[in-house]
Amino acid sequence: MTPRHLVLRAVAVLLAPAILLFALYVQFHADYSPGGGFQAGVVFAASLILHALIFGAGAARNLIAMEHLRRAMAAGVLLYGLTGAAGMTLGGVFLDYAPLAQSAQAGRHVGVFLVELGVGITVAATIVAIFRAFSEHRQDIGQEDW
Amino acid sequence: MSETLALHAPALVILLPLLTAPLCFLFSRAANGVWATALLVSLLSFLCAAFLLEKTFDGRVLSYHFGGFPPPLGIEYRIDMMSALMLLIVAGASLLGLLFARRSVARELPAARQSAFYVCYLLCASGLLGVAATNDAFNMFVFLEISSLAAYALIALGGDRDRRALSAAYNYLIMGTIGATFFVIGVFFLYAATGTLNMTDLADRLHALPVGSRSLYAAEAFIIVGLALKIALFPLHVWLPNAYAFAPSAATVFLSAAAAKVAIYALVRFLFSVFGLDFAIGGETLNAVILPTAMIGMIIGSFSAIFARHAKRIFAYSSIAQLGYMMLGIGLESREGLEASFVYLFNHALAKSAIFMALGCIAYQQASMKLSDLHGIARDMPWTMAAFTIAALSLIGAPLTGGFIGKWLLMDAALAQGFWLIALVIAAVSLMAVLYVWRVIEAAYLKAPTGRRRGAPRAEAPRREAPFSMLLPLWIAALLSVYFGVDTRLPVGAAEIIADSLEAAGQ
Repeated sequence: MTPRHLVLRAVAVLLAPAILLFALYVQFHADYSPGGGFQAGVVFAASLILHALIFGAGAARNLIAMEHLRRAMAAGVLLYGLTGAAGMTLGGVFLDYAPLAQSAQAGRHVGVFLVELGVGITVAATIVAIFRAFSEHRQDIGQEDW
Repeated sequence: MSETLALHAPALVILLPLLTAPLCFLFSRAANGVWATALLVSLLSFLCAAFLLEKTFDGRVLSYHFGGFPPPLGIEYRIDMMSALMLLIVAGASLLGLLFARRSVARELPAARQSAFYVCYLLCASGLLGVAATNDAFNMFVFLEISSLAAYALIALGGDRDRRALSAAYNYLIMGTIGATFFVIGVFFLYAATGTLNMTDLADRLHALPVGSRSLYAAEAFIIVGLALKIALFPLHVWLPNAYAFAPSAATVFLSAAAAKVAIYALVRFLFSVFGLDFAIGGETLNAVILPTAMIGMIIGSFSAIFARHAKRIFAYSSIAQLGYMMLGIGLESREGLEASFVYLFNHALAKSAIFMALGCIAYQQASMKLSDLHGIARDMPWTMAAFTIAALSLIGAPLTGGFIGKWLLMDAALAQGFWLIALVIAAVSLMAVLYVWRVIEAAYLKAPTGRRRGAPRAEAPRREAPFSMLLPLWIAALLSVYFGVDTRLPVGAAEIIADSLEAAGQ
């Protein structure tokens, strides 16, 4: 039996990795070109949502469990916060990245890199989680309970 | 050490709960562990707030530059007396609420959601603390949203006990989001007009602009309406009663003590420090808008409280009336009025949190909070009801309680400007408070207990006193509301400095 929507499946298989790669480009090249954590997170999530739309909720669950998404959301925020706090403990103020490396410029590179990574992780995880929350919604209040 | 602390305390007071929240979410599954962590962090945050208050009590202003970028370019936290007092109120309410929360949450929420409750609680606290500390208008919006989003979730967590919590949270979500949107529209108008977001800088640049600029009128109007929605100022208060009534008890304790007050703080900050009374909308118009709405809100809130049948809802409506008192002092636009407002705000936070803790103790023992199901409860829970009575006296404004001081100063301020009608309303609304408090006292002390309580799953088990861990914070709050009625140095001293600095900024 041939699977349904063969064209869509074929295109999705081709596109999804490309979108993921582009997301990483937007994430890590943002110092020099437009982009950044938020945009990269959205693009990254778009590929996962595309996968879920084409291959169904079951395949999406197999790909990444809700539990991991939740963890990723918190981990991204934490990465941001702890990077900021690291500057604080190394003698600067909160979100001051200069003390993170030998020179102030290198430190700011490291700091912005980590902070944007945190934003990217949280945004990607949150957008996929919102999509999942709606697509897998169970009606837990019966009509007569209202 | 003290130097380092003084340097970082303005940031630490917020960062501690803000960063602990995801940490707890990530690493801890056991509700008790999360609770203990949250309590510890709240304590540290409270100590930071107390430290900041002590530092600013001589009128000094602490400034913290995020990322090392100096203002007006970078984000600045600016702790003056007013910020420090709000930080102390929020951190104190958060600490008391958490002390109270462990047993209450364990009974009211299913095990799977208890950790989530504490995480949301910490986020809400850090959001409110952030609003109080920041000197950046957009940053204030972000923190307002952090606290509000967490508050929606906190209220919705009451949905396992009573489904109406979900619709209450949804109503609050819609109204709160409209409020936040209005606020941020106002901030963008300001940014478009001046090109800065730092509030000190905003005030300077605004006053260099021509008077009568339309965009500034729009900005001020949007900000006032947006924050009025967050405060639940009459007639924008409809979301509040259900939100407070159906939220988990511990959440109501914290929100009633801290959430609306922080929005009031934000309003005062914008009206007096940023716009000033002689600019944009101006003092006379504000006077004509705030005073009548505050008084109508006081009367309608009290009437609704008198006729409500649900104990938590009585005091939710009472909050609307009490917020009216605080707005009166602001609407008077005098040094005395502002001083009275802040004293009132401080004492109301204590009294209301004690009252909601007492109601939480009752909710711990029985499911129904209907007044008719509270008959004779003082026989079974004497300590709870005694503390409740003390706090209720402060709410009414009986002498030797904190509430009395606030009302006294407010009446004084109104009479000093010849507003005898306002003084009359203050007295009348206090009498109405006696009425609705009496309905609860009468039910608890004078009515005979009814046999089976409807809707109570543990109807067969006798009602007993609440556990010690819940009575302790309740009594702390109740006794403090008496203490600050006798020793008024902290609230009145702080309020005097705040009123002085606001008056200086307004000129």
